[in-house]
Amino acid sequence: MTVEQLAQCDGMCALACPAPEREICGVYIGDLLSWVMGRAEADNVWITIMSNVNIIAVAALADTACIILAEGVTLEPSVLETAMAKEINVLQSAKPIYETALLLHELC
Amino acid sequence: MSEPLKFQYEVDGDNFTSAGQASVQVKKVLRRLGLDPETIRRVSIAMYEGEINMVIHAGGGEAEVLIYEDSIEIILRDKGPGIADIDQAMQEGFSTAPDNIRSLGFGAGMGLPNMKRYTDDMQIESTVGVGTTITMRVNL
Ligand SMILES: Nc1ncnc2c1ncn2[C@@H]1O[C@H](COP(=O)(O)OP(=O)(O)OP(=O)(O)O)[C@@H](O)[C@H]1O
Ligand SMILES: [Mg+2]
Repeated sequence: MTVEQLAQCDGMCALACPAPEREICGVYIGDLLSWVMGRAEADNVWITIMSNVNIIAVAALADTACIILAEGVTLEPSVLETAMAKEINVLQSAKPIYETALLLHELC
Repeated sequence: MSEPLKFQYEVDGDNFTSAGQASVQVKKVLRRLGLDPETIRRVSIAMYEGEINMVIHAGGGEAEVLIYEDSIEIILRDKGPGIADIDQAMQEGFSTAPDNIRSLGFGAGMGLPNMKRYTDDMQIESTVGVGTTITMRVNL
């Protein structure tokens, strides 16, 4: 499944989708950035509630397919700009982390 | 043997939001050289962890990346407070990061362990009150 297809699912909303064709494979959940860098795998969906600009660098370096901000968390306009510039996909889920993960489990 | 490709970066200790720029640059260089994605990932994450540490714990420093035919070497030098007990600092979960840094998602005490795990060799030289130099090598 691609990030674009995921973005069209119920409860999901694309905040930044500069690389819509990217295929997703697997999920990692976490808010502590060094855990994410140590444990997430390339092409994972990364679910978090962290929204500061450093998540963009982490997603770029860990090579995740997209970030999902759970609980309806939003991004500052400047962080959105950085996401677009670094070609990092960021989706928003209205649901809590657990429900968001369940949805991903159904989908992939 | 031919000369290594050499890249040097200043790591700004005041600008926390732009921290990681050197690592992102290096990632681009490695992509252009056509290295395999997993190697690129290991090198750039290890370097980012070290770069962030210099920003958070040492007020900045400098980074040097040397690309040899069979390996990549990353050298991070700072003139920060130094690390008194390296064994303790290497333990998963050990962190002296202040609360404002933790609220950004750093401070899990996983950075140095990640650097070790993602590289084939890592040496830390540190003197309290003088600074820290970390040298990492990834074999190609
Ligand atoms: N360049 C450095 N200069 C001085 N102290 C350092 C330096 N790098 C690491 N340290 C010390 O080692 C500790 C552990 O570092 P490590 O990167 O593992 O964790 P952290 O930076 O605190 O949190 P995380 O990396 O998980 O966000 C730090 O909290 C700090 O006390
Ligand atoms: Mg660290």
